[in-house]
Amino acid sequence: MMEETPLPANYRRRQLVNKAMTVLIYAAVVIAIAPLLFILAEVAYRGAPVLNIAFFTHLPTPVGVPGGGIAPAIVGSFIMVALASAIAIPIGIGAGIYFSEWPEARLSTVSSFTNDVLAEFPSIVVGIFVYVVVVLATGTFSALAGGIALAIIMIPIVARTTEESLKLVPKSLREASMALGVSRWKTIIRIVITTGRAGLFTGILLSIARAAGETAPLLFTALGNTYYSKGLLQPMAALPLLIYQYGVSPFADWQAKAWGAALLLVLTMLALNLAVKLTVGRRFSHIRPEN
Amino acid sequence: MALKKGPSGTGFKLKGDALLKGAVAGAAIFVVVLMAALAYELFVGSGVSIEQFGLGFFSGTVWDPVHNVYGALPYIYGTVLTSALSLLFALPISIGVAVFLVEKLKTRHTEAYLIGTTVELLAAVPSVIYGLWGLFFLSPLLKTYVEKPLHMYLGSVPIFAGTPFGLDFFTAGVILAIMIIPTISAVSRNVLNAVPNSQREAMYSLGATDWEVIWKGILPFARSGLFGATILGLGRAVGETMAVTFVIGNATRISPSLFSAGYTLASAIANQFSESSSPVSTAALVELGLILFFVALAINVFARTLLWRMSRMTKGRI
Repeated sequence: MMEETPLPANYRRRQLVNKAMTVLIYAAVVIAIAPLLFILAEVAYRGAPVLNIAFFTHLPTPVGVPGGGIAPAIVGSFIMVALASAIAIPIGIGAGIYFSEWPEARLSTVSSFTNDVLAEFPSIVVGIFVYVVVVLATGTFSALAGGIALAIIMIPIVARTTEESLKLVPKSLREASMALGVSRWKTIIRIVITTGRAGLFTGILLSIARAAGETAPLLFTALGNTYYSKGLLQPMAALPLLIYQYGVSPFADWQAKAWGAALLLVLTMLALNLAVKLTVGRRFSHIRPEN
Repeated sequence: MALKKGPSGTGFKLKGDALLKGAVAGAAIFVVVLMAALAYELFVGSGVSIEQFGLGFFSGTVWDPVHNVYGALPYIYGTVLTSALSLLFALPISIGVAVFLVEKLKTRHTEAYLIGTTVELLAAVPSVIYGLWGLFFLSPLLKTYVEKPLHMYLGSVPIFAGTPFGLDFFTAGVILAIMIIPTISAVSRNVLNAVPNSQREAMYSLGATDWEVIWKGILPFARSGLFGATILGLGRAVGETMAVTFVIGNATRISPSLFSAGYTLASAIANQFSESSSPVSTAALVELGLILFFVALAINVFARTLLWRMSRMTKGRI
């Protein structure tokens, strides 16, 4: 019979430490996920009772008058995010193409690094910047200023995801295309972008989701509005602004409406993010949602 | 011999190349110009305040729109305190999540994908919703079950002194922690994934337990990347505005107590900017933004440099 090797003297202690740390690691995961569930539950619980047709279609009523809705905020969010997308998507995709296709250029290194920093920038700073540049220049808070502020938030996200998804396109595809005599610009547009379009789409959706949820850049650019705006050069309401203004107000009815708006916003976020995750799947799982 | 003419369309081909390159390079230049413009405009916008208060702006403790005296120290203090608190809470949890996803689940990719995605969804929740939730749910909860017991048993310690009210530095720190966990854990996860397997194999072959592999083989190797992830999280915490504005209580105050209301740089701007009535107070608020700009710039450049070094070491983008 073989003799059993004696266990090291500290064997039990090491096993115990290992078990204890394993438990702590599991606990960390539970603690990290719990807030998401609490937030979703609370928003659903408090927000659902408020939702009805009038909530989506009516103007707000004065304090104390029951009923009314948040229609101007929904419309305002749509308009400003659309405006921001129109500005940010071409610039973001352009910069992303440059980072991916001319990575050796010095401008690419500098701009790509700047872009990374810009992506993490406090959005309130963007709000002040647009206040100084647009609001003071035009003399009015406006949807235009809000849209520009949101565009500045979106550009780095679109640029980053464009770069990352185009870099996933195999070099051999580019070489094959150019070997057939196709020019570089046609190769980029017809081969590279077409192959990487799922990633581009992901980036655009995520940047829209981010812009739709931003409040800080709108505080002193779009300002908010109780009614529909008559043009892009007027203050405009937005969902996140309304949640803030109603949420910190002392009126129970407004607070309830803030929860209803929060539910609407959270559902939009989840839908956009899950759509991204489910359609493009794990290939782009490195592209993370932004906050 | 004369050179043969190229196939038809060569001229167009070159023109198209130049056009596309010019357009996308223009977009890349725009990004750099945007950053420069941000700094420049904030600098110009805070001109009046810089002129009037100079360096005293950083050490002044009074913020008085009535007498037009402005000092930023209470806001700097609030930002430093809440950010430090949030890192204290978020760091162990985030690293725990990253270790779990990479070292515990190992090759169980589906589970790792699901749990990783769930944690990352936290980053998709808009900050105004964190604020609303913080004000109506988290703040009363912390007040009753954390702050009051801490105050009761440890009230003689200055940081737990004062009356727990729920809307204070402590709640702001907790909500910031929840918000930066997805950032730190996602970047840490990429960092741990980039650690070469030889680190693990060598430890296991010596008979190390799972924890010993993690503690002595993985974490030390990954430390510069993990540090970068932490700094990136710090950047998020410093700049976060709306959630903090809801729960920090909004008071210009420097108090050692965690249960005291306060302000951060960002929340002070958010709360006071639209009420600002004089050019001096607006300039002072813009200068708060300028401070925030340079702090965020320094933090993010530092974090990116650390991550870049780590990815060069392991030859993979993080």
